[in-house]
Order: sequence, then structure tokens, then C-alpha cells
Amino acid sequence: MSVNASQNKSGRNWPELVVEALIRATGYSAILFVGLIFVFLLREGLPAFAEVQPAVLFSARWYPIEGRFGLWPLVGGSLIVTLGAALLAAPFGLASAIFIAEIAPRWAREILKPLVEVLGGLPSVVLGFLGMVTLAPVVRLALNIPTGLTAFTGSVLLAGMAIPTLVSVAEDALDAVPKSYRDAALALGATKWQTIWRVTLPAARSGVLTAVMLGVGRAIGETMTVMMVTGNAARIPATLGSLFLPVRTMTATIAAEMGEVANGSAHYHVLFTIGIVLFLISFLVNLTASAVVFRQRKRAERLLS
Amino acid sequence: MSRQLTQRLIFTLIILAAVSTVTPIVLIVGYIAWKGLPAISWEFLSGLPREGMRAGGIWPAIVGTIYLTLGTGLIAVPLGVAAAIYLAEYAKDNWLTRAIRIAIINLAGIPSVVYGLFGLGLFVLFLRFGTSILAGCLTLSIMTLPVIISTAEEALRAVPQSFRVVSISLGGTKWQTIWRIVLPQALPGILTGVILGLERAAGETAPILFTAAAFFLPRLPDSPFDATMALPYHLFVISTQVPSMPIQIQYGTALVLLVFVLSMMLIATIIRSRARARRQW
Repeated sequence: MSVNASQNKSGRNWPELVVEALIRATGYSAILFVGLIFVFLLREGLPAFAEVQPAVLFSARWYPIEGRFGLWPLVGGSLIVTLGAALLAAPFGLASAIFIAEIAPRWAREILKPLVEVLGGLPSVVLGFLGMVTLAPVVRLALNIPTGLTAFTGSVLLAGMAIPTLVSVAEDALDAVPKSYRDAALALGATKWQTIWRVTLPAARSGVLTAVMLGVGRAIGETMTVMMVTGNAARIPATLGSLFLPVRTMTATIAAEMGEVANGSAHYHVLFTIGIVLFLISFLVNLTASAVVFRQRKRAERLLS
Repeated sequence: MSRQLTQRLIFTLIILAAVSTVTPIVLIVGYIAWKGLPAISWEFLSGLPREGMRAGGIWPAIVGTIYLTLGTGLIAVPLGVAAAIYLAEYAKDNWLTRAIRIAIINLAGIPSVVYGLFGLGLFVLFLRFGTSILAGCLTLSIMTLPVIISTAEEALRAVPQSFRVVSISLGGTKWQTIWRIVLPQALPGILTGVILGLERAAGETAPILFTAAAFFLPRLPDSPFDATMALPYHLFVISTQVPSMPIQIQYGTALVLLVFVLSMMLIATIIRSRARARRQW
């Protein structure tokens, strides 16, 4: 077969068209996978609503052996640990991002950025292990409480896991603010801090908010660290004082109990239902975040044209 | 208070916050190295666990993690790079492309334990792969995919448009241009993303909990359908599930895992900075 015969009208040959079709298919695969994940969570999780009374699911007690599948203690546990992590990660993460993007000299930036990346690369089980053997005893002694495995201990470590995401997204947002904004403020006599606080930060506002949101989203889905250091007691955290008591999160419950349930039991289905809740939370967080990103890109395009 | 004084005060606070954010990172790595090094010996690295994991080595866990990481790469790299090529070179700016991007962002945000549930539901039970290396690799691959796609796409987009224009004008087809010109130029960037993605997969525990991990397996797995020990899961087991476990073995295991993932990060960083130094555009 001559070369010409193997080519179609557009001058491209068949093997090439096959390759391009494959590439196109893989391009769509991300959508397929999100769909598959959702379908399989539903498939294994929805039967729970037939097997367990809704009133039981919304009750205040999680004690699977007696068929008590109240989800509130787990939701509450996840919320309080995540809230604590957000309160710690936001100020420290944002300060680090501002320092790296706006204040630090070049050499300091070259040291700080890789270090923050290393934190992001630490396996969560290593952080959990270290938290168990070092941080928990310190918390117990410092606060004089019976156990150091508390929601607070989890929050501290989770803040550490949220910070790399938070810093890198916030730093990108600050970097994206045009230099002319800063020059204009400085030329008008503003100090460097006034420029950061009144000009750069407000200009990067949506990106900075996205950073906090993605960091917190990461924290709520964290599993191993939380399971190892929060004590795993399923009770509803009612007051702020519960921050210093053991709690049990949604993620830790799945990880700790899935290995012990019989496939197809009510307990098994309820664990998948918790998975659906987690999937929906992360879906909402990331959908909102991507909406912000798209809007920003649109606005940038309008400004440029 | 003068403006200069306010600024000095606030900058001091910011620097303090930044320093207290990064100092623990150095301390964590240093502390694990210091406590873990005494446990490291040839027997610890190459031996099988004995006496209910309270003695002996962690060789099966090391091998398991290598298998899981390589297997994940085998699946996720072709898929991720192809998807990145689609997004960078073929996709038009329409609703479908936007949907793909949203899907990728969402994949990146799904909690690791939910990937574990998904892997259990689809690969272990529905497709009947059982608790196996194969099921674990497939689960980890989908989790790693968004990292590989987004870094590879960025690397492809960074290749100047003029390279493509020249290749096309010399009579190259679109695919020849991508395969012979764009991909080689973007290779270091793609490689960096691939290694960083696999580094995350190597350190993950939750996705393999119900899909691949064996509590205790005093031999090496011999087929993709075998369950396997793995370093992160092993560290979890010996630090929470085994009573009176010698702390030294725990620190030693943590150190081996840390060295494993940090050296992957280091390789990625070296590739990135060497490529930057050599880049001609």
C-alpha cells in the first residue's frame, strides 16, 4: 500500500486517527470516573435507607453492635475537628503565603516553598504516628486532661495538612495581582503593609478565600491522621470544651469499621452512606472553588481584551 | 502609632507565623530520622517480620509499596498524560471541556477514604478482583490521575506555540507535532508531575485499607491478585493494632516510609530545576 493510499482527505493516516480517538476518550475519562464513584457509592449506600429507619440515622447515638446508627456524633466530630483546624490553618497559612509572595527576599522564598511542599508530601500516617507518640502526651500534660487523644490534637495535625494547599493556592492568587497595582499604591505614599492590606489582598480576595476553602476541604476528608489521634469516641461535641475530649469523625469511622463488617449488612451500607455524605461535601466545596476560578479567568480575559 | 511602626510590628508577626509554620516540618523530619536510624539494619530492611511483627524486618512491606507504586504508575501515567494531551492540544473551549475540568478538580478533592470505598465497591466486590494489588493499584490510579493530568497539561501548555507552528509548516501532521516536538519538550515537566503524583500514592493508607492491604503476610506477594503488605498500612498497624510493639520498630518503619517518599520528591525537584536551567525558551 502506498503512503498516499493510507491517507484520507485531511492528509492524516488511519493509525493517527485511532490514536487521536483514544486520546479523546481518555480526555473524557475524568467525567466517567467521578460518575462511577458516585454510582458505586449510591449502589452500596442507598440500601441503608431501606434497612435503617431514618429516625435512627438522625439519632444521637452511634453504636453499630446494637443497631444504633445515629450519624450526628460523627458529623459533629468531623465538624469540630475541621473547625479547629481551620482556625489554626487560616492565620498561619495566610501569613506564610503573604510572607512568601510579598515580603520574603528571594533566598528565603527558595527555602520556604520546598519546605511547605515537603509538608504536603508527608504521608498522613506518619503525621498520625508522630502525633500519637509526641503531640498527644504534650497535650495531655499541658492541659492536665485524662487523655491527649482529643479533637484538639487532631485539629493541630489537620491544620498542618491543610496548610500546604492553602499556602500554594493563596500564593498563586497573590502572585496573580498585577504589579502595577502595588506600584500605584506605593507611588501614592502607602507603606508596604498598607499596600498589602488595602490593595493586594482585596484584589486577590476570591483566590485567597478559595485557598482557605480548599484547605478546609482537604482537612474534612483526612482519614488516617484523625483516626490515630482523636481517640475515636462517638459522642456529640456540644460545647467548645468538647475540643479537648476524644471525638470520632466520619472518615475515621469508615476506615476503622469497614474492615470488620459483613459485606451487605446494614452496618456496611451505612458506612457507604457516610461516604456519600463525604463525597457530597467535597463536591460542593470543589464546585464552589472551581466556579470562583472560572469567574476569575473570565474577568482576567475581559480586562485584557 | 506611626505607619512605619505598625508595619514593623505586623511584619514581625507575619514572619513569626511563617517561621512557626515551617519549623515543625524540619523538626518532624529530623526527629523521625534521629529516632528511627538506630532501628535500621540490613536485617530490618531485608528480613521478614517475626514474632507477630514485634521483631524481624519489613521487607514484604517495602516490596508491597514498590509494587503498588509501580502498578499505579503503569495505569495512571498513560491515562493521565493522554488526558493532558487532549486538554492541552485538542480540547475546544466549550461546556464539555469545562465539565472535564470540573470533574478533575472534584477528583482531586474526594477524600482518600472515599476512594477506598469506591475501590471496594467496584474493583474488589463488583469486578471480583478481591483484596489484591490489582484492586489497590486501580484505586490509587484514579486518585493520582488529577495530579498527573493537571501538571502534565501545564507542562504541555508551557511549550511555545511557535514550536508547533514550525512543525506543522514543515508538513508534520498534528499527531507528529505532538509526538516528536511537543512531548519531548514537555517531558521533564510531565515527569515531575508523575513522580509527585506517585509519591502521594506511595504514602496513602486509606485507599488501600479495604482494597489491597494485608494485616500480616510473612512472604512476598506472587501475583497481582494477591493481597500485600505496604509501608503506610504497616506503620498504622504496628502503631495502633499490635500491643507492646517496640517503639524502635515503629520509628524505623516511619523513617523508611519517609525516606521513600522524600527521595521521590527530591528526584522530582532535581528534574524540574535541571530542566529549567537547560531550557532554550
